[in-house]
Amino acid sequence: MSSVSIRKIRKSFAGLTVLDSVDMEIAPGEFIVILGPSGCGKSTLLNVIAGLDDCDSGQIVIDAVDVSGLEPSQRGLAMVFQSYALFPAMTVRRNLSFGMEVAGTPKATIVQKVDWVAKLLQIEALLDRKPSQLSGGQRQRVAIGRALVRSSSICLFDEPLSNLDAKLRAETRVELKQLHETLKSTMIYVTHDQIEAMTMADRVAVMHKGRVEQFAHPQSIYEKPASLFVAGFVGSPAMNLLEGSLDGTGCFLVGLRSISSSAYPFENPSAGEAVLGIRCEDIGIVEPGSPDSIPAQLAFTELLGADALGWFDCLGKRMSVRLGVDAARSMAKEVGLRFDMAKASFFSAATERRL
Amino acid sequence: MRTWLHRQTFRPDITVVVFFGVVAVFFYGSILWTGYMSLTRSTLIPNYNFAGFDQYIRLFTNQRWLVSCLNMVIFGVLYIVGTLAFGTLLSVFADRRIRAESLFRTIFLYPLAVSLIVTGLSWRWVLDPVNGLQGLVRGMGWESFTFDWLTDPDRAIYTLVIAGIWHSAGLIMVIILAGLRGVDDDLWKAIRMEGIPLWRAYLQVIFPGMRPVVTSCVVLLMSDVIRGYDLVIAMTKGGPGIATEMPAKFAVDYYFARVNLGLASAASISMLVLSLLLLAPYFYSEFRRRM
Repeated sequence: MSSVSIRKIRKSFAGLTVLDSVDMEIAPGEFIVILGPSGCGKSTLLNVIAGLDDCDSGQIVIDAVDVSGLEPSQRGLAMVFQSYALFPAMTVRRNLSFGMEVAGTPKATIVQKVDWVAKLLQIEALLDRKPSQLSGGQRQRVAIGRALVRSSSICLFDEPLSNLDAKLRAETRVELKQLHETLKSTMIYVTHDQIEAMTMADRVAVMHKGRVEQFAHPQSIYEKPASLFVAGFVGSPAMNLLEGSLDGTGCFLVGLRSISSSAYPFENPSAGEAVLGIRCEDIGIVEPGSPDSIPAQLAFTELLGADALGWFDCLGKRMSVRLGVDAARSMAKEVGLRFDMAKASFFSAATERRL
Repeated sequence: MRTWLHRQTFRPDITVVVFFGVVAVFFYGSILWTGYMSLTRSTLIPNYNFAGFDQYIRLFTNQRWLVSCLNMVIFGVLYIVGTLAFGTLLSVFADRRIRAESLFRTIFLYPLAVSLIVTGLSWRWVLDPVNGLQGLVRGMGWESFTFDWLTDPDRAIYTLVIAGIWHSAGLIMVIILAGLRGVDDDLWKAIRMEGIPLWRAYLQVIFPGMRPVVTSCVVLLMSDVIRGYDLVIAMTKGGPGIATEMPAKFAVDYYFARVNLGLASAASISMLVLSLLLLAPYFYSEFRRRM
């Protein structure tokens, strides 16, 4: 178990800022997911932590030691790659042992470690095969095994599940989480898949345009997004967003409609142009014309199996509402929507930060 | 234009049949005819009387043919190993993103644009003991300097190897470099994470993973060796004596200069069989891979 501090990392490439002063403090044994759309700098950040990419300024500190100037192999890290990056002409056993062999580890230790990892990942039967004879999932196991035999206290993952099919991805996700609980090593995991982020992470860092937008527990990322970007990126369907203005007296005005914001726990109370964000499950369906409700027309419903989504035209926007399957089947055309303002989010239209 | 094209009843099968017909008659037909000739006592004029394996017995008791075969083996091994090693080394340097890479690539690929005849002629001048390198160094004052491999019967074959490597190393460099550029970035990252030194990375990870590319290079170079004719003609004409004779030159000499159709055909067929034997492992492994 090791702690990692990422301090003011900056990197620009050909005039483009890839990482813009990234700061992160990672506690020993934490499972951190770095989440973001492609091009947000998340893979670059991971490469900088690993030492595979240089940064322009800033420090990477592992267990209070500044490793910024060290070679990747000297930082005591292990890494798993998206394309597995197994050594193509070597058997699985050689793939696992080659790094230790180069490092001059005693033969007995190598054998012992390979056996341990093969048992842990259930790849004993594959040890004498070549990577080309393995399926994608098996290759990923071997890649994880190769990272684990290094016995590093920090393991980096660069979108390790992206090349797997959906079912295998779900299974491997669970196994990785269990592996983390067994090994208790610090893990930093880069992905664009929010389900992976939500299910595995102790804390999620959402990145956008080279900055960390929010670094928090997945549930609070979902419930209290720190910025408009996080609100739009995390969650499926995306958070419903309504542009309007706060009048400073507890009302949010959208066109001629006024919605009471008195139940909302403001962190930075302010008046002016703002965006109201509300999750599809925080909207209730009421009779049209009920107090504190907004009239809406049903556009269509989507049955998702366990529940359903109703899509309503409301205040000039298409909004999603999570419904029970029965309710969705018998939904009236004209309804009223009531927002649970205690669970809503307000963002400043100017700074896009949470209010 | 499009409708006109569509109206034409274009028959790809006919084109293919014509093509294969030409190949069958002039290529395989010639092979069969040569095979038949090798079993006769033909000299200047084809003689269709069957004579069994007489020509092959004469061929394999012919000192000049045996020397040719031995030369081909010496030249072949040194040329293939040397070209591969040198070309690979160049490609590794180019792969390390040296400055002015494209300039060097052009320089090293340039010999390939020169025909083997010109290559051979140039190297003959360079290696000529009187007018070439040896003369130059002696002229500068090092009177005892000796580099007369070209005229030394025991060493002349190695001058062919030098010229051959100079000619082909650039091509091998380009082919291997293309393979190296295809190596996954993640694989290099994994190599750096494991702290594997560069030479071990290339020798134990990268090149073993490029086996098909390396095999193609070997096959390409092998065909150079077996049909090796022009370089010999331009550089040594088979001499001094018969020190640098090659099987292909032997066959051509017996066809046209010594008008011994039967023996020349036997030599040609022997070369064909040898080629097939050499290529068999390659085709076998390719075939097994497909299975």
